[in-house]
Amino acid sequence: MQQRRFSGSALHPTAASRRSGLRRLSACAALLLASCHQTGVLDPQGPIASQELLLLINTTEIMLVVVVPVILMALGFAWWYRSSNARAYHTTGLSYEGSIEFVVWSIPALVVILLAGVTWIGAHQLDPRAPIPVGAKPLRVDVVALDWKWLFIYPDQGIAAVNQLVIPAGTPVNFRLTSATVMNSFFVPQLGSQIYTMGGMTTHLNLLADRPGDYPGFSANFSGDGFSDMRFTAKAVAAGDFDGWVAKVRGAGSALDDPGYAELAKPSHAVPPATYRSVDPKLFDHIVEQTTQPAAQRAGG
Amino acid sequence: MLGKLSWAAIPFNEPLPLLSAAVVGIVALAVLAIITKKGWWPYLWNEWLTSVDHKRIGVMYFLLGLVMLLRGFSDAIMMRSQQAVAVGDAQGYLPPDHYNQIFSAHGTIMIFFVAMPFVVGLMNFVVPLQLGVRDVAFPVLNSVSFWLTASGALLINASLVIGNFARTGWMGYPPLSELGFSPDVGVDYYLWSLQISGVGTLLAGINMVTTILKLRAPGMTYFRMPVFCWTALAANMLIISAFPVLTATFAMLLLDRYLGMHFFTNEAGGNQMMYVNLFWAWGHPEVYILILPAFGVFSEVIATFSGKALFGYRSMVLATLAICVLSFMVWLHHFFTMGAGANVNAFFGIMSMIIAVPTGVKVFNWLFTLFHGSVRFTASVLWSIGFIVTFVIGGMTGVLLAIPPVDFVLHNSAFLVAHFHNVIIGGVVFGAMAGYNYWFPKAFGFTLDERLGKASFWCWLIGFYLAFTPLYVLGLMGMTRRLQHISDTSWQPLLLVAELGAVVIMLGILFQIAQLYVSIRTRDSRRDLTGDPWNGRTLEWATTSPPPAYNFAVMPEVEAIDAFWEMKRTGTAGIPPTYEAIEMPRNSPTGFVTAFFAVMIGFALIWQIWWMAEVGVLGAAVTALVFGWSENREFEIPADEVARRERAQLA
Repeated sequence: MQQRRFSGSALHPTAASRRSGLRRLSACAALLLASCHQTGVLDPQGPIASQELLLLINTTEIMLVVVVPVILMALGFAWWYRSSNARAYHTTGLSYEGSIEFVVWSIPALVVILLAGVTWIGAHQLDPRAPIPVGAKPLRVDVVALDWKWLFIYPDQGIAAVNQLVIPAGTPVNFRLTSATVMNSFFVPQLGSQIYTMGGMTTHLNLLADRPGDYPGFSANFSGDGFSDMRFTAKAVAAGDFDGWVAKVRGAGSALDDPGYAELAKPSHAVPPATYRSVDPKLFDHIVEQTTQPAAQRAGG
Repeated sequence: MLGKLSWAAIPFNEPLPLLSAAVVGIVALAVLAIITKKGWWPYLWNEWLTSVDHKRIGVMYFLLGLVMLLRGFSDAIMMRSQQAVAVGDAQGYLPPDHYNQIFSAHGTIMIFFVAMPFVVGLMNFVVPLQLGVRDVAFPVLNSVSFWLTASGALLINASLVIGNFARTGWMGYPPLSELGFSPDVGVDYYLWSLQISGVGTLLAGINMVTTILKLRAPGMTYFRMPVFCWTALAANMLIISAFPVLTATFAMLLLDRYLGMHFFTNEAGGNQMMYVNLFWAWGHPEVYILILPAFGVFSEVIATFSGKALFGYRSMVLATLAICVLSFMVWLHHFFTMGAGANVNAFFGIMSMIIAVPTGVKVFNWLFTLFHGSVRFTASVLWSIGFIVTFVIGGMTGVLLAIPPVDFVLHNSAFLVAHFHNVIIGGVVFGAMAGYNYWFPKAFGFTLDERLGKASFWCWLIGFYLAFTPLYVLGLMGMTRRLQHISDTSWQPLLLVAELGAVVIMLGILFQIAQLYVSIRTRDSRRDLTGDPWNGRTLEWATTSPPPAYNFAVMPEVEAIDAFWEMKRTGTAGIPPTYEAIEMPRNSPTGFVTAFFAVMIGFALIWQIWWMAEVGVLGAAVTALVFGWSENREFEIPADEVARRERAQLA
């Protein structure tokens, strides 16, 4: 819905632009956005991402109510009161006026009070830990950041995948995340919130994809030489297709055992997607507890 | 004998750093040759390198910032070109190893060796003059502070040719910056150069706070101080409170790296989150250390060129102090995505927004200072108006990022990069340039060329919007920061626009250089003989341009805010007083010698050349002792000598 609203004002910028400076500015911004095709944060594909974009747009609009007049005042005052303008009223006095002071403290204070309310509610509603209140039972996925690829473990299905996250559309996904290397950040912009992955620690995240589709994901925290290729595809599929995919993965490929994990954990760049037909269900816990090999070293840095 | 240092440290296989180092080396040698040939060494040594005059030190700080701006900007334009070409399957011309050093160096240099020297330099030059005093509280310490900052800058540039720089980003987050992941000397260069310059900054902060609290002209009560002095006081109190945190944090990381400890490692109970918290406990106040003095500059410039007193002086002071206190309560907004609970995130988000209130008040007060004024459109004023327009946009995107759920999708994105460049370029750099154009005639006795100054402003302004508006959009499209190559080809048009913006900013920098060159060449026709070229309001304009070493032959008597304006109004300005003898500090090589040993210690520790580190520590200790035991630190200018000089100035 948000998406429609966005492109709506982008498609008809001419009608909006004649009315007021505010409308003109937002139309310009929308035009700029529309000139590039809408991806990422601007193209939400799940409830978390949609609400976050809505919050972004609403709070921007609230602030533009003050910001646009301030910009116009800055330009207008400076120009009108230029020393060569004989028509303007010039004085050397006016260094204090109680009523103006009252207003200039009140305006930002009122805006901030409004935004603070929005922030408090938003931070709680969109807490990454909070389960998504829909009927379906969440799918559990454990995420491990490696040098420089992502390992996705499906503990309930007993399978794992690298640089490919297949999830059923319409089903909430409950992520536990950690890192077997340096700090990274797990982020699929079209699904919403990102969260850090850190060695020896577990973070939590809940996301949901509304529709089937391929959504780009990546690390959003710099982690070294292979960082730029630390990308994966979050592939949302219909519920039935997900079961089919799980069955297919179980029937092919290798198992992710200790030697296999040790091999996988070695630094590598631009790793193509792969799957494992089985995985030790305790692997994620072992990684968090740091009882797996390899040690946290990176050959040659 | 030489620790880890060997011929392998010189990157012979990388032409770019060697080539740029060669160019820098040739320019440096040429400058040294000219100085030698012209016989300028005694002048340079006596009047500048060993000077303890706050004005000279301020100028040297600013010059350091300008030189390092060229270095930091070269990094910037290399990054922009890399991202503009390395799209799709292309890898660009900078491999990750090199690209990662460049963005790390860019951030480190721009914050610590460009923005900091700019604001510290302006404060050093202006504050004692505005307070109506003859120097800072501890003149020799002031020289030591500057030279320690210069030492850090020298070490960072040395990493270009000897070894390499950190590849961790300018925040140096562990565990990436730990020995296990960054075994070479890059992170050590980062840590030691910032430790050394950090000590300098802390000493400068102590010096400036002492000066403002203890040395003010007779009658200069706190509520008669110019607003720039208030912002300097707030910024330097922040330096004193925040920089020790950074020093301690880096010390812990150094212990990890040198002695195998586990403060921030992945294993053995280390806690990387502690580093991130501590880093930003310094890092957020640092933002206000930079921006508060810039706010002070705009307050002075807008009041002077509107021909009006600053509107809402007490509000401005209150807002400054409110920002000063609040800046310590918001650090967590740099990492909402770490997984803190909703209450914690919401608290820090709201605290961050609250800072927008005093900041908004400041903006409105500047607007009402323009209101009913007689605005003269000098280059300084253009920088100030450009600042207001640009900064409110940056403030707005900042408040957006302070909303935790919005930050969850924009954290570490190109949007964030655009936001902080928006406030740092639009705030700090514009402020530094407004101050540079405004106070240059005071420092050198002639004004800068207005036409070239304005050309520089327009290039910076347009270049800024061209470079960073696309980054805002790219951030919304899902582009994260620090990418060495970019897979999504649809981002390339915007990246090319951003590259064009960087080129336009480069034109702005070239115009600045041209402005300085042309102004020096035509200085005889642009002399400021009155000491008051702008019809100023504060005490720095009450003395000659450039001021004598002792600033004021007779201490001014302050009777109001805008003390000099009041003197001009009541006709007490320019009445020949009776002169008295003036006691002045002697020049001292202490700062320069300390810096020599500091560089030696830093270099030795980076390369683990222990004997050299010992020599350096010994040398620094001896320098301190020699200075401590010296008795002949001051000299007196007799009253008739002062009178003779003053009459010569007025004639």
